[in-house]
Amino acid sequence: MSIDIQAISKRFGAFTALDDVNLHIGTGELVALLGPSGCGKTTLLRIIAGLEQADEGYIHFEGVDATHKSVKDRRVGFVFQHYALFKHMTVFDNVAFGLQVRPRATRPSKAEIREKVMELLRLVQLDWTADRYPSALSGGQRQRVALARALAVEPRVLLLDEPFGALDARVRRDLRRWLRRLHDELHITSVFVTHDQEEALEVADRVAVLNKGRVEQVGTPDEVYDAPATPFVYEFLGEATRISGKSLRDIVQPENAVEELMSSFAFVRPRDVDVSLQPDGTPALEAIFRQAISLGPSVRVELQHRETGETIEADMERIRFRNAALKPGQTVYVRPRAMRVFNADAVSATR
Amino acid sequence: MTPIDIPTSRPKTPDAVTEPPVVRYLLTGVALSFLGLFLLLPLAAVFVEAFSGGIGVYLDAIRNPDTLAAVRLTLVAAGVSIVLNTIFGIGAAWLIAKFDFPGKSLLITLIDLPFTVSPVISGLIFVLLFGAQGLLGPWLSDAGIRIVFAVPGIVLATVFVTFPFVARELIPLMQEQGTDEEEAAVVLGAGPWKTFWRVTLPNIKWGLLYGVILCNARAMGEFGAVSVVSGHIRGVTNTLPLHIEILYNEYNFAASFAVASLLTLLAVATLVVKSLVERSAARRLTPVTQNTTS
Repeated sequence: MSIDIQAISKRFGAFTALDDVNLHIGTGELVALLGPSGCGKTTLLRIIAGLEQADEGYIHFEGVDATHKSVKDRRVGFVFQHYALFKHMTVFDNVAFGLQVRPRATRPSKAEIREKVMELLRLVQLDWTADRYPSALSGGQRQRVALARALAVEPRVLLLDEPFGALDARVRRDLRRWLRRLHDELHITSVFVTHDQEEALEVADRVAVLNKGRVEQVGTPDEVYDAPATPFVYEFLGEATRISGKSLRDIVQPENAVEELMSSFAFVRPRDVDVSLQPDGTPALEAIFRQAISLGPSVRVELQHRETGETIEADMERIRFRNAALKPGQTVYVRPRAMRVFNADAVSATR
Repeated sequence: MTPIDIPTSRPKTPDAVTEPPVVRYLLTGVALSFLGLFLLLPLAAVFVEAFSGGIGVYLDAIRNPDTLAAVRLTLVAAGVSIVLNTIFGIGAAWLIAKFDFPGKSLLITLIDLPFTVSPVISGLIFVLLFGAQGLLGPWLSDAGIRIVFAVPGIVLATVFVTFPFVARELIPLMQEQGTDEEEAAVVLGAGPWKTFWRVTLPNIKWGLLYGVILCNARAMGEFGAVSVVSGHIRGVTNTLPLHIEILYNEYNFAASFAVASLLTLLAVATLVVKSLVERSAARRLTPVTQNTTS
């Protein structure tokens, strides 16, 4: 089922959580709402669920206005960050809850409920925990129970609020791959909120990047990563060094572009910066090596532009760095392989 | 209690917060002596005095119709207080813990009011309000309703004094639990009533029971407020504490202590129930196992 979010705004007192948000989510899509904390992503998810009411704007499910429908009538599945499992019920009763609270006329029989619940628990590979209480499960297991519980009511839309936020790094990686596979099996329209760009890029069909209550960019993971629309998106999706146009004068190819570049900033990812010890004839920036930080597989070197004094970061392979034997104060030659230029107005807008 | 020498062969406890045995025994001794002197001794005295005239006097005092009437009235007042304050307490705690509204802190302060004013004043409030010379007095006597110096006054005063117990117990509990589980229930299609019965109530039941027990204990023992509105009519408006005082003032010590022993037994029974509740609540809250692997 498709979801249409039209001109949604929401304020909490003087704080604007969402400001004229528009977003279309297609049937069967898995969309990530990505942004830093306080950007309004959870509020948007709660408005889609009906747990929160928007001040302005509309929510349409499959073309039908659902803005004023109650949570109950929206038939959404919601997975909470801290699971929100019913502590006093067994895993089985948790998953069965949505079916058991239905009015008698539409409630399935006991045997049907049992069958459905066990089927869902098998789907999340936890059928052996049916008689346990949530307190006896690990975080990752609890989150899978929460997912089974949300799916039990056959929701038209699945909404997940930072579903892996409270888990440790390894469980998190496993679980998000598992979620992706599950989505490929079930094809249920899903929206999940995350502040982890890696998670969003890995799991989602499309990513909506939010900042300060506004949508900065919507696109496939490749689109937003390769062609960030704004400086904010660029910086949020990965490591970034900002270099002013002045520092780049030496390496800009068409001479006529220099004028424009003077009032712009280039954004470069450290892994896209080449560092050589000798000038090799191609245009390069002259910089001084300051210090290095080990990042595991690579080494982050901190360089200072010789003329403007700006800091440029570059990643070097560990073995190359060792062979180079750089000493603080040594001059190196720096060439960005890829960069993205934003004019000064766009850059100041993110501040 | 004599301080005991520390045996030198014993390994020193590495724990930074453990005191030497001398200090521990001394502190325990002080606490126990205090407990014995101020709690157990008076309690024992009540029973010794109660049986000072022999078992016959004791039974007569308890079988006396006035005593039985007092027991009945005490139970009625406590029962009504429990029911009303449970309903009010759950409602108030729900409102305060799960919603934000203007005047919330004022409401929290008002709930504490019966704790902070003297019980005598609590009683006087009702006399001034419902008494013959009171604000609503003439209107009430025209309608033929008696509140002060009658059973309704006793019940009202008891309800007022025990008003904060359940709410006070539930507010922090419900605030800590937040609204996640309720939201989950609503998203799953549960209506407000089902959400309350199946999710909220099971989560607060131990706290609620604890509040009810405290409310009951106070309702049965209340003296000041009830004394002001009672009028001390024997067999009609005397609760157990008031009845005990009257007997005592009439130098009827054996009977007075016999009735007092009854009230004491009720209090001890309440304490036993309370510790049972605490124990099973603690058991329920301890997770069976806690593994961290997925």
